[in-house]
Order: sequence, then C-alpha cells, then structure tokens
Amino acid sequence: MAILVDSDTRLVVQGLTGSEGRFHGLRNRDYGTRVVAGVTPGKGGQDVDGVPVFDTVADAVGEAGANTAMVFVPAPFAADAMYEAIDSGVGTVVCITEGVPAHEMLRIHAYLQTRDVRLVGPNCPGALSPGKANVGIIPAEIFREGAIGLVSRSGTLTYQIGHELAQLGLGNSTIVGIGGDPVVGSSFVDVLALFEADPETEQVVIVGEIGGDEEEKAAEFIEVEMTKPVVAYIAGFTAPPGKTMGHAGAIISGSAGTAQAKKEALEVRGIRVGTTPTETAELAAHVAAPPVA
Amino acid sequence: MRGRLARALDLYEYQGKELFAKYGIPVSEGRLATTPEEARSAADALGGTVVVKAQVLTGGRGKAGGIKLAATSGEAAERAREILGMDIRGHVVRKVWIERASEIEREYYLSIAFDRSAKKLLFMFTTEGGVDIEEVASSNPDALVRLHVDPLVGFRPWHGRRLVYGAGVEDPSEQKQVAAIAAKLYEAFTGCEAMLAEINPLIVTPEGDVRALDAKFTVDDNALFRHPDLAELRDVDAADPLETLAREKSVTYVKLDGDVGVLGNGAGLTMATVDVVSFVGGRAADFCDLGGGGDAEGVVDALEVITRDPQVRSIFFNIFGGITRCDEVARGILQALGQMGIEHPIVVRLDGTNAEEGRRLLREADAPNLYAEATMLEGARRAVELAQAG
Repeated sequence: MAILVDSDTRLVVQGLTGSEGRFHGLRNRDYGTRVVAGVTPGKGGQDVDGVPVFDTVADAVGEAGANTAMVFVPAPFAADAMYEAIDSGVGTVVCITEGVPAHEMLRIHAYLQTRDVRLVGPNCPGALSPGKANVGIIPAEIFREGAIGLVSRSGTLTYQIGHELAQLGLGNSTIVGIGGDPVVGSSFVDVLALFEADPETEQVVIVGEIGGDEEEKAAEFIEVEMTKPVVAYIAGFTAPPGKTMGHAGAIISGSAGTAQAKKEALEVRGIRVGTTPTETAELAAHVAAPPVA
Repeated sequence: MRGRLARALDLYEYQGKELFAKYGIPVSEGRLATTPEEARSAADALGGTVVVKAQVLTGGRGKAGGIKLAATSGEAAERAREILGMDIRGHVVRKVWIERASEIEREYYLSIAFDRSAKKLLFMFTTEGGVDIEEVASSNPDALVRLHVDPLVGFRPWHGRRLVYGAGVEDPSEQKQVAAIAAKLYEAFTGCEAMLAEINPLIVTPEGDVRALDAKFTVDDNALFRHPDLAELRDVDAADPLETLAREKSVTYVKLDGDVGVLGNGAGLTMATVDVVSFVGGRAADFCDLGGGGDAEGVVDALEVITRDPQVRSIFFNIFGGITRCDEVARGILQALGQMGIEHPIVVRLDGTNAEEGRRLLREADAPNLYAEATMLEGARRAVELAQAG
C-alpha cells in the first residue's frame, strides 16, 4: 500500500515542458510512475516524449485522469500553480519548487484546511514508494523496498540515511521529504499519521533539523497516537546560534528550536535519537530485528 | 545554517524607520551620518538636543555605549566620533542615525511575528515596554497580549481594540493611536512580506503622542524578487567578507570557528556533516552547501571561498549525489586543484548519482593531497586527523 504515492498514482507534472520538469518527470516515468499528463499554459496539445500536455490541471484531471500533481514551476509562479492544483480535483499535490515566499505559504496552508487535498512541500524532494512510484527528485536507486517509513525535512540527508539503512539490508515503505521551509503543506505529524495507518509500514525513522517546533509536536504525537516504533535523527547540534534580531521569535512557540531541545523532547517520550546518520540506521536495524536475548 | 533557519534580510533601525514613515507610523525626525562632520550638520538641521544611535544589526547597542544624547551639534560630532568604528558584539559601527531627542512618558512594546508553529501572524503588545520582552513574557505573562491574525481574514479593527483593551491602555487618544499604529504595522508587515516587525519601545510623550522609538524589521529573502526596493537595502559591506564572496558566487557559506573546511550538498546533509566532524573530535571551519545542483564550476567557486579562510587545515567533501552528479563534483575538485594550487589535504566521500565515475576520476588524477573515503563517518575521521596533523 505505502503512503501518498503508489501504483495507483496517476501523475500530472506542472511545468513538464521546462528542462527540470522534463528531466525529472521522465525519470519518474522511467521508474514506473504513471505520468499521465503535463501542464504548461499555452502549450496544450503538445507532448513531451509521448506525455500529453494540457493548458490547465483541470484538463489533465478531466482528460487524462490525473489524481496527483507535481509542481515543478519557477518560484514566482509556484503559489499560483499550487492553488490551481488544489482546486483541480487531484487528491495529492507535491511541490518541489524552492524559494516560495513564506507569506504565500501561510495563505495556502490556511486554504488547504478548507479542502480535501494533501500538499507535500514546497522546497522538498517529493515522495518515493520503492517498487511502486517515485514523484519528485529522490534518487530511487539508493532505496530498497521494505517496511520502514522515512520522513524528513531535508533532501540529501534523507538519501544518506536511506543509504545507511540499505547497507544494513533494510528497506522503505515510503520516503517522504516534507520540505525545509517555515510553512509546508504536510507536517511530520501529518505524515506520521499516514504511516501509523499504513499496513506496510512497521516502523518509522524521522529526520529533523534545527528551527521551528515540528519535531516537538511529532514527539507528542508519537507518544500519544502511535503504536509503531519510531527512531529519530536531528541535524544541527553544532549550528551556531543565528543572529537574532529582536526577541519576538524566541517567545512565540516556547521552544528554543535547537537540536538539543528537539532531542530532549523526543527522548523524554522514549524515542531514541541517533547521534550520527550511521547510528540512527543501527537503531532502526535494532528495532527491525532485536537481538535474541 | 543560518540560511536554512532564517532566510531573511534584516533592516537597520534607520531603514526600518524610513519604512515606518512610508506606512504612516509616527517616528522622530532624523538623518543618517557616516562621519562626525555629517553628524554635526545633521544635528544642526534637526535643532535642539539629538540622540546619536549606532546602526548595527544586533541588539544591546545601548548597553554597549552605542546610543548617546548630544545637546549641541558640536557634541553630536563628538559622540559620533566615539561611536563610529566601535565594535558592538562583533559588528563594526559604520553609520549613525541622528534623531531629534524624545521626551518619554511611558514605554510600550508592539510586534508582529511570523508564527511558523501556529501558521498565523502573531501580534504581541504590552504596556511594559522598553525592557527585555522575554523577561516580561516569563515573569508577567498576563501583561503581554498575544493575538493571532488569520491570514485569510487579515487585520480588522477589532484586532486593534483587542490589543489596547487587553493591555489596559486607558487614555482614549492613546487607544486610538496604538490601534492605528497596529493597523499600519500590519500593512507594512504584509506589504513587505516581513518575518518580524518589532517596535521596542513604542513611546508615549508627555503631550500624549505615540511614536516608534526603535525599529526592527526583517524581510523574507524568498519574497525579495517582488520587492526590488527592499532588496537594495541589504548592506553587503557589513557582512563577513567571505560570506559576501560566497553570496557573489551563489554558494551558501557560513563561517564557523574550527579548522576542517566542510563542503556538502543540501542544507540537511551539510549540517549533519558539521555535526559528525564534531562528533569524531574535530571542529568545522565552515558550513558550505553546494545546493541542489552543484556543477564543476560551483565546486571551484566553493573551494575558492573555503580556502580563503586561513584557519582551514583540511577540507572534507561529503557529497550524496541526487540531482548533483558526483562526476561533476570530482571534475570541479580537479579543476580547482589545477587552477588554484590548493595544498590543503582534501578528503572526498562520494555516493549516489555517478559516484563510481567520480571516484574513478579522482583515483586516476592521483593527486598527493586527495584522500578518498567510503563513508561519511570515515571521511570525517580522516579529515579531522589531517587537520590535527597539519
């Protein structure tokens, strides 16, 4: 089954005619993802290596049966593309684009609460369910099929941890990069809930980093709502404190946002936190196959 | 790392006040000066007692002696001479703001912040301003009014009323003025796509006028493409010279204080690499992120930035190819070695897209200062050893 993307995914790529959209859209198709359409306003009727291009996402849904949209358009147009996708009838939107203004994301996040659509990203590598579908830029060859759900705010760090898991013979149900921006469509908690409900996922690795309080919220969710084991990694322990202008930031959420604060929030709830990516993979391996006493 | 935490443009007080004035928020009249002579003529033009304020992008100016009163223009020149060149928490003062001195009856605090946890904008207001607001928040939380604004609804007059009644402002004229300033601050915040707007203190004069005596204003970097006027306010001269060079080369670079030059691709992996260097007993000299792409030219640029730091004794490349191709990174390293004659030992760990090809290129180049390691952990160990041996 996996989560977010699988063999039932019918993908429309917004920006398929651009160089990046074409490269990754076709790579996703080569992996086995059903890429059913592209969208570029004004280029409806053309095709990209056999994939039909439409003027609007709604057309791609109506005529090609798309149920998932991937946004691969430049930052100045990405918010508009997300709104279009959210209103087009697809159930899932994955936005890869980096550099979307934070104020746009506040409004999109608020709008999403009124719609039955899930957004992953922006500024994320996408989602990969090994053996089923790849939507985004995650290099699929690193990952194996398996039972570990992996959710991360980072791109390449996710690959590192997936690689370490693969070295230990472990694979993944789905790998989800939720994105590194202050406001993203899906939080750790949203994705953890999906993994908890997914029969193919037996345990979860969560990869966080400094800033915000999403890891702290995840820690609480894991303790209260999850039955599956979770291990964590946090990046940024040796990050110098950012220069802070004014004092409002520190008193908003009540969280310092440091790696240490996040580690403590997780550990106090019994969630193991690896010191290095290698140790994190070893912790996951230990959960997957506990040594016989 | 700072980049990942807060991609933002901080404005100087004088820039913030000019912005406030544009949005109709009352501020004191003032002039910018970069020399004592300019300070003298600014004070002459303003007349009467003035305040000479150091313009630096850090807090604690007052305590550091960076804010001084001057009764005459001669005194203003003297105070400017003392303050210009001063080092405040590592920031050298190169500009002072000369402002007509204000009589202060009361000091309030007003801010709007981008609350990423609640995913709303957050107003904070208290009549106990002028002091450390974190102190007020912890010792007297009831005195601090917090009010979220739904981004789909925006600021409404009731928000302003809620702030002034909530904080116990009693004078009707003051209530009206504070509420109006809150509305205008919201307009400035959303109009400029800010991440933080803070007025501390917001003063009440003996005549009952409410005015912003300070301004902290931070703008989202991601939004600057549609605010070219704000983008121009960035003071490139004030930044660390290496960070400025990096910005010119489109490399994300943050200077740290160790001796292992760290270079990775992607913010998360690079952050983790800095952590692992520290975990094996070393200290990173920098955080340098090649970004998602990372072609040979980008690698050369990054190496140019890293090797300018005299503290660097070894360099650790930790690359996990995705979009980034490891063969391109290897070509960049070899190109840089050829062009720049780098003598530092360079430890390279390549995995992911085209890693085999990248490793082969490095092996065949057979450079004496290149060390290939198979894993992130081993690479970090080797780089730390080499730094300590060098």
